[in-house]
Amino acid sequence: MTRGRDPLWDSGRLRAEREEARVILDARPEATSDEEPVIALRDLVLRYGEHTVLDGVSLDVAPGDTVCILGGSGAGKSTVLRLILGLTLPDSGEILVRGQNVVSASHDELLALRRDMGMVFQEAALFDSLTVRDNVGFYLYEHTRLPEDEIEARVRESLELVDLEPDQVLDLLPAELSGGMRKRVGIARALIHRPAILLYDEPTSGLDPITTRTIDDLVLKLQRELDVSSVVVTHEIRSAFRIGNQVALLYEGRIVFQGSPEEMMDSDDAYVRDFLR
Amino acid sequence: MSLRNSAAAPFRFLGERLRALAFHTQRYFALLGRALYGSVSRPFYGRDLSVQLDAIGVGSIGIVLLTGLFTGMVLALQSAVEMRQFGATIYIGRLVGASTVRELGPVLTALMVTGRAGSGIAAELGAMRVTEQIDALDTMGVDPIRKLVVPRFVACLIALPLLTIVTDLVAILGGLLIAVVKLDLTPDLYMRSVYATLAQTGFLLRVVPVDVFAGLVKPVFFGAIIALTSCYYGMATRGGTEGVGRAATGAVVTSSIFILATDYFLTQLIIALLIE
Repeated sequence: MTRGRDPLWDSGRLRAEREEARVILDARPEATSDEEPVIALRDLVLRYGEHTVLDGVSLDVAPGDTVCILGGSGAGKSTVLRLILGLTLPDSGEILVRGQNVVSASHDELLALRRDMGMVFQEAALFDSLTVRDNVGFYLYEHTRLPEDEIEARVRESLELVDLEPDQVLDLLPAELSGGMRKRVGIARALIHRPAILLYDEPTSGLDPITTRTIDDLVLKLQRELDVSSVVVTHEIRSAFRIGNQVALLYEGRIVFQGSPEEMMDSDDAYVRDFLR
Repeated sequence: MSLRNSAAAPFRFLGERLRALAFHTQRYFALLGRALYGSVSRPFYGRDLSVQLDAIGVGSIGIVLLTGLFTGMVLALQSAVEMRQFGATIYIGRLVGASTVRELGPVLTALMVTGRAGSGIAAELGAMRVTEQIDALDTMGVDPIRKLVVPRFVACLIALPLLTIVTDLVAILGGLLIAVVKLDLTPDLYMRSVYATLAQTGFLLRVVPVDVFAGLVKPVFFGAIIALTSCYYGMATRGGTEGVGRAATGAVVTSSIFILATDYFLTQLIIALLIE
């Protein structure tokens, strides 16, 4: 197959996504920073019995970058996030988060390290028995002694950041929310303590195209307003190209491509081409 | 070659099962260690503990009352059939009192709480596991053992002895009801008979009958077993909603077996240490 006959390349849809994202981000620079990476994965190997999930994965996330990890189902994308959080330990390799080694960290060090990160789960993982107020404010209730009204103010602020009307949702239980609202509340909970790193696991899976677009724009808005470093795991190419300034493609436990979305579009690698098609 | 392979298969299977047993035993006792340490060190989750005390303790009072009442009544009825032949119905209080306080009170209470609260704990934690809520706790720097397991563990340790006292009292009253209504004994005679059996093994510190003390030591162990086993199954849940069902069933079956086996060994120990 030649590039000329490929409808995706011809339509230029992905390039258009990039342009739109650039406008939203106010012409944010595309190039990654030269500073020390906030997340550095070095030659990670992870096996479950006979099955090799990750086979020498290395990846850097520079400060302020949004790295999208693309790949097919079961490629080990979500596992990478679990490794960064120290929820799963690799068989070999090194994981550095803000210079601290996750693999050799003690239980308490890991808990402390995770407080620098916010995680948005695939199905939001909201606590069923808690209202939106308690879910979003959970981190502050657990780790601070802030007065109730201050926590409430911070909760409202976070909900507004994700474009939810606090008065309408504060007292609702997760079961009373729509899929898109659950995702937003999940994001609001992840950013309540203004972490330096945000991790998203399939933030748009199971959503209709319009809601997907709104969540993508929300991720872009958070990049612009909070200036966090993000790792987004997704299988949606359009989302990845819209929100990421770096894209990594995971295939059979290895990263077969890492670069900017434009570089990916110009890649001649057979698997990259096949994946984009 | 293939013959040799098929001959080795049962041993390989046995080896794998033994390895899995060793793995789970190690993790179970690691959970016990962390639950014990979490019970005596900060942070304490007082609100979660009171919620669990309400769910496990107060929530189980209804079934414990019914269990105690009918157990006491049926014990009195059954023993009356035998004892009437010897004109010994006045000793029915002894039989009801001894069997309830020593064995049936603690064991039946534990089994009922296992069925009601143990399955609930395993299902709740299992659902939290498969919907990544436990991972969410971890990612927010909150230790799930301290937040979820310790409150349930401590609540079971407190609730089980108290519920056992309720079962014992109601069972003795159930026996009294049958003794008075069906067997024409006076309440005084029945209660004296109950007291006589509780007093016969002596008193600890001259106040607490040894039988009552022994009957309240067992529920502490049973409470630990219910909480740990249910939490273990819940936290280890895999495989979606089907896994949640398996966790709840596994928690009830395993807790029940552990309770009955532990009861035997505790009884041996109590007889050896306090009675003989």
